[in-house]
Amino acid sequence: MPATASTTASTWPTDLVIVGATSAIAENCTRLWLEGGASRALLIGRDEAGLDRIATDLRVRFPAAAINTSVTDLLDVPSITSAVQGFAGPGTPGAAAGAGLTVLIAHGSMTDQAESQADLAKAASVLQVTGVSPSLWMEACADTMTAGTIAVLGSVAGDRGRRKNYIYGASKGLIERMAEGLQHRLAASPLNVVLVKPGPTATPMTAGMPASGLAPVSAVAADIVKGVNAARPVVYAPIKWQVIMTVVRLIPRPVFNRLDF
Amino acid sequence: MNRVSSWGRLSDAEHSVVAITSAADAPAIIASTAPGIARGMERSYGDVALNAGGTLWDMRPLNRFLAFDAESGILTVEPGVLLRDIQATFSRQGWMLAVTPGTEIVTVAGAIANDVHGKNHATRGTFADHVVSITLVRTDGEVIVCGPDDEPEGRGWFEATCGGLGLTGLIVQASIRLKRVPGPWLLAEDVAYQSLPEFFELSDSSELSYEHVVSWIDITTGGGRRGILSRANPAASPHRAPPAAGTPLGAAAGGITFPLVPPVSLVNTLTLPLLNRAYYRLKRAGVGSKVVHYKPFFYPLDAIQEWNRAYGPRGFYQYQCVLPRESGLESVREILRLVARSGQGSFLGVLKTLGDREPLGMLSFARPGVNLTIDFPNLGASTLVLMASLDSVVAEHGGRLYLAKDARMPASLFEAGYPRLEEFTAYRDPGISSELSRRLLGS
Repeated sequence: MPATASTTASTWPTDLVIVGATSAIAENCTRLWLEGGASRALLIGRDEAGLDRIATDLRVRFPAAAINTSVTDLLDVPSITSAVQGFAGPGTPGAAAGAGLTVLIAHGSMTDQAESQADLAKAASVLQVTGVSPSLWMEACADTMTAGTIAVLGSVAGDRGRRKNYIYGASKGLIERMAEGLQHRLAASPLNVVLVKPGPTATPMTAGMPASGLAPVSAVAADIVKGVNAARPVVYAPIKWQVIMTVVRLIPRPVFNRLDF
Repeated sequence: MNRVSSWGRLSDAEHSVVAITSAADAPAIIASTAPGIARGMERSYGDVALNAGGTLWDMRPLNRFLAFDAESGILTVEPGVLLRDIQATFSRQGWMLAVTPGTEIVTVAGAIANDVHGKNHATRGTFADHVVSITLVRTDGEVIVCGPDDEPEGRGWFEATCGGLGLTGLIVQASIRLKRVPGPWLLAEDVAYQSLPEFFELSDSSELSYEHVVSWIDITTGGGRRGILSRANPAASPHRAPPAAGTPLGAAAGGITFPLVPPVSLVNTLTLPLLNRAYYRLKRAGVGSKVVHYKPFFYPLDAIQEWNRAYGPRGFYQYQCVLPRESGLESVREILRLVARSGQGSFLGVLKTLGDREPLGMLSFARPGVNLTIDFPNLGASTLVLMASLDSVVAEHGGRLYLAKDARMPASLFEAGYPRLEEFTAYRDPGISSELSRRLLGS
């Protein structure tokens, strides 16, 4: 077991379910979890070729682990229900794994704010893919799982609405309220809910942005894995964003609305 | 547009960085954004993977393993896979790279395009000697699969692409042959030497019984009067746990990072002799053999992330040359004399012999001879003048400079040092261009 597992009072998962497994952050987290000893991973997504490439990579890296894929429409309610039943319902290996099951819900769509503003259909799609769908996956997991961890990728963009990304930010804000509510509901249960808030990360999704402000995806994933294993309710990755966003949230509205960022 | 620097931090120009996220999409992407050049981890020191104001194809997202055959040891990867991931994954399964450079934070395609070598050139040759197959995508849409056994046409593409600086096409896939090892351990030994003749003697005798041989040399002493030769063989050591420095795949979780760019280089005329002497004493006190993990032996500098910041805001040059063995003693001595007289240089001086084998690639660096590597903090004109004087020694003795490290050599030295240049030119992709290619190849 790696140092991260032995030095904190955290559980290293045995079973992984990664929803939106082709996201770069999710892929890096999956590698780290398998590296640290997880023995099974189910990769869920809508891009079959992408899932296959990641599964092949993981099988070469971790020949002893069982890697499976499932092509699923992430937005379709019956598909969500049956997928969650399939991996965490009674009699499944996920249910048998108990506290060893970690589900990471990672999908989202970072469409440009200007495009979403100009086209209501695009705005609807961002809200749907980035906000509503992950929320429904969380809800379905919370209703089915009895132990383990549900982790969901929110964003620092969800901490305060800004003109530069409020449609994406609002979707991530929805996830935050869902996570908060589920944490309240499950406070006495062995099922943990972790809200992850990555800062801007260097991934293919952000390839066009200035690289200087972007954290390396491997570093972000390492922070996420550590925080999720420790079942911390809110995980900022990198941690500096906790301080930055606290300041940002505290700026009085009249001042904030005059700032250009 | 993004500001991009290479490892030497000599420039910081805007580039249009285009992420290549799938091999299938690569032909369309490069066709519509050419001219450009592929970039990986930007560990080359100069301008081989820079294209100021133009396109950089970012290969880092293509970082997946595609297949591994545990019988033959042949590993097929996407181009952006890091050597670090290969070493960490396969050393546990009894395999490692046959040839590795002094950093593992580089991509497979970068290792091929610069045809890197390691501390075991005499026995294992260069990285290209272990490449089985390369898939290239050209900016006109053509896809070329080539390997060392594809006579004659494929062989030509292969020899042009290995060490070909990314100029023959975009590498989208490669198969390499790993070598069997007993595990991640080496039995290593440090031996001090006090003169250049002693170095050559020691190096030659070491190569008879050690796979890996390299030496650190104190470049402040003029005649090469202080050095430490390190030699090692793979070793089985079942009783030790790997070093605890973070998880192998999460580099960010391990090691330390050089925290800032100091206003002046920390390596300067005041600190230089002191640093070198202290390092020598430290190493000399610890001579003897011990079992070490591959990381500190192969990649000592990887332990300090972004160590290149230590040279300050103006960056640094690395001067790496290979000189024919026949006059190696005189030429190395002459270079060290010039360097010591200038008071420039650094803590990093590497002296090692390269084996008696011509490299496979048309523009590969590692020819038979003796290799000398020195870092120079960029002091402007005086550093350029010093390197020009070193150039004349290299030219006079028929040596050459390593393109992966170069940011300034004159075209004449390049042409003299690389006799297969003309042959190479026929394989270039007209839609691919880098600062280095424009500087040395005219386009």
